[in-house]
Amino acid sequence: MSLWKIAWRSIQQRALASSLTAFSVALGVSLVVAVLVAQKVIRDSFTRGASGYHLVVGKKGSQLQLVLNTVYHLQDPIENIPYSYYKRLTNPKDSLGKYVKTAIPYCLGDNYDGFRVVGTIPDLFTKLEYADGQKYEFESGGRNFKANQFYEAVIGSTVARVTGLKVGKTFQPVHGLSDSDDGHKHDAFKVVGILKPTGTANDRALFINIEGFYRLDNHAKPLEDVAAAKAEKAAKAAHDEHEGHEHAEGEPHDHDAHDHDAHEHDDAKAPAGKVNSPHGQPGHVHSDDEDKAPAEKPKQADEHADHDHAAGEPHDHDDAKATATKVNPPHGQPGHVHSDDEDKAPADKPKVTDEHGDHDHVAGEPHDHGDTKAPATKVNPPHGQPGHVHSDDEDHEGHDHAAHDHDDAKTAPTKVNPPHGQPGHVHSDDEDHEGHDHAGHDHAGHAHSHEPLPEDQREVTAVLVLAKGSAAMSDISAGELRRLINKGDEAQAAMPVRVIADFFQKIVQTITIALLGLTVLIIVVSGIGVMVSIYNSMNDRRRDIAVMRALGAARGTVLSVILVESILLSVGGGLLGMILGHALVALLGPTVERLAGVSLGFFQFDKYELVLIPALVVLASLVGYLPALSAYRTDVAKALSASP
Amino acid sequence: MLLLEKLKKSYVEPDGARLPILDIPEFRVAPGEQIALMGRSGCGKTTLLHTIAGISRPDSGLVRINGTDISRLPEHGRDLFRANTIGYIFQTFNLLPGFSALENVLLGMSFSGGRADEARARRLLDQVGLSKRLTHKPAMLSVGEQQRVAVARAMANRPKLLLADEPTANVDTGHQQQIIDLIRAQSTEENVALILVTHTPEVSEQFTRVEHLDRLNQAVVNV
Repeated sequence: MSLWKIAWRSIQQRALASSLTAFSVALGVSLVVAVLVAQKVIRDSFTRGASGYHLVVGKKGSQLQLVLNTVYHLQDPIENIPYSYYKRLTNPKDSLGKYVKTAIPYCLGDNYDGFRVVGTIPDLFTKLEYADGQKYEFESGGRNFKANQFYEAVIGSTVARVTGLKVGKTFQPVHGLSDSDDGHKHDAFKVVGILKPTGTANDRALFINIEGFYRLDNHAKPLEDVAAAKAEKAAKAAHDEHEGHEHAEGEPHDHDAHDHDAHEHDDAKAPAGKVNSPHGQPGHVHSDDEDKAPAEKPKQADEHADHDHAAGEPHDHDDAKATATKVNPPHGQPGHVHSDDEDKAPADKPKVTDEHGDHDHVAGEPHDHGDTKAPATKVNPPHGQPGHVHSDDEDHEGHDHAAHDHDDAKTAPTKVNPPHGQPGHVHSDDEDHEGHDHAGHDHAGHAHSHEPLPEDQREVTAVLVLAKGSAAMSDISAGELRRLINKGDEAQAAMPVRVIADFFQKIVQTITIALLGLTVLIIVVSGIGVMVSIYNSMNDRRRDIAVMRALGAARGTVLSVILVESILLSVGGGLLGMILGHALVALLGPTVERLAGVSLGFFQFDKYELVLIPALVVLASLVGYLPALSAYRTDVAKALSASP
Repeated sequence: MLLLEKLKKSYVEPDGARLPILDIPEFRVAPGEQIALMGRSGCGKTTLLHTIAGISRPDSGLVRINGTDISRLPEHGRDLFRANTIGYIFQTFNLLPGFSALENVLLGMSFSGGRADEARARRLLDQVGLSKRLTHKPAMLSVGEQQRVAVARAMANRPKLLLADEPTANVDTGHQQQIIDLIRAQSTEENVALILVTHTPEVSEQFTRVEHLDRLNQAVVNV
């Protein structure tokens, strides 16, 4: 009969005491297992989510925040980056884009039932993997959304399960990242596919066509921002240009007669260039940055280089008086004003006058800027015309504001918003919707015949980047791209795998170690329980031990029997503890999934669990040693002679 | 088969004095010989059996069994020797309570270094009339049955010497003879030398050789 059986029989003989001690070990082990599995699953889940692509590109800020937000749908996004930056990444001829194999834009800002809504492109599911070698798949009956179907969506498996959304159903994203009732409900999207479970955070997200996303209220970048951004750029350019602006020597050039006071510097931020009528129209402003304007911007500037004033030609700028206080007609038109305060303008002040650099005044030519009272920097089409702007300090005499509701001066007057139903129309939350019935307005059934949003009104929250090249080469490309992006001012690039590894190293690991320390202590305490239990039983068993010795068992044998008994109790308790631990994990799974977005199940294991058993054997040997020694030292003759 | 020569054993009393227990100039047992050993209480019968079995070590003298002086063996060697050569039957049976009848017999085979022969264990239990009690735990057996299991266990390893320490003292009178017959029959069958300690003349009368420890043991004679 083996030592194991002998030990097992003696455990059976004291079934109650044995099972209680084993159970105490089980409790300790179950806690260790729960901690191990939870941290492993969380780590795996994070790493898996981080491994489908090389980089996440987003606004400068915390790398961890960028990764958590983009890859794991946790935390708030940092701000957005321009769409043009994304376009650079997709352009193989660009200095950044040349490293990129696939770039996927991510637009965040909405939720549905608390799940993040991501505006993106269908390539996300075809060109990227969600983990190494793992391609996205759709549940049967579903498919990817189409690039030209703006209001199609694909949803993650958890979203489908929790919300009950099915293929063919529609949902309305709500503005904001978390589930709250006060968010503005957007247009409806139709679910065309449900992703098979990936075990990543994408199981908890809804993916909508980026074009549809941009069409949603408040998702287009406000035009004023677009203008401001341009103006800023223009100012910079103008400022640069004036360095080289030369008036011919001896040219009468009167700056003093020029009334600066009447000239509005007040609306500092985006004072000019907000709305620009076409060239040749009243109110047209020449902006110095026109030749730098992006391709998509309608070319409005005529070439002043081609525009020559003949020498000695009367060149009168004085006509501008009357109505032209703000509007500056084109150069050469009545009312056109040259402003000479340009070189006094702050660097960020946009320049709106025409290009002096290309414009030659012949020496000695009468050239009078003196009478100009009008500041001529602001261009405002007449009231009632598209683009008309009400300024707070504008003289509104004879103009009935009461009938005209601008209760929020901040946004309404500056925003250019085409009529509802027109491309580019934006619904603003604070806009006055009187007479505009949203309730009776069926977004779901409404035919979305919108044109894509112009690119300068677009922004992206992040871009997922898969670098060019195979395996190791792509890592090198990714590293180089990351370096280049981070060197620039506009964006940052983070390697999710590295960021997460770092995060785990610094924070999660420390917490895990602390928790493990505590739980290991619990196991040690239960181990001591095993020792006490066996040791207390030794008096009752001394005779049995003596009998075994009389039957020929060596001291070492009886010692081993006790050690084996301790090991059986501990390991048996340990195995039970593992089952309990996994059950605990499974039990807590739904809560953890809701809070952290990581799904935990019974059959998830951590390799360190394998260490537990040998560790328990060592512990059992240690705690079993004292009673075993007592068995070893049993005086056989005395024990046999003692009356039973 | 067994030779004791100038065997001395004493106990140290709490006050430090040595109390002689055994002093046996010479004692021999031939192979297969069956001896009844008698003696009054306290004359050292159990100590003698422990010493022969190697459980206790003599202070001096020779304990030679089948040519091996076990008093010179280290403890581990004596344990192994005991497991292979000596069968021991106790007055109080000393079956292990957690083990079935069969397991108790198998336990007797477990420390000899060889494989347990379950067929032999079953056969032995069959021979002692317990073929239907194999899985019974000692507590479920009568005292007579328990001692029969103990006999089977003592025989398990094919010993050369069987030591029985008052095997019938705790058995009801109706079953005493049965146990004696069984022990003697087993010993005869396997040609095992037997030293059976008894207080009962009815038992000792059945043996051709009866030794009185009071007379053998000089420690007692000299007192």
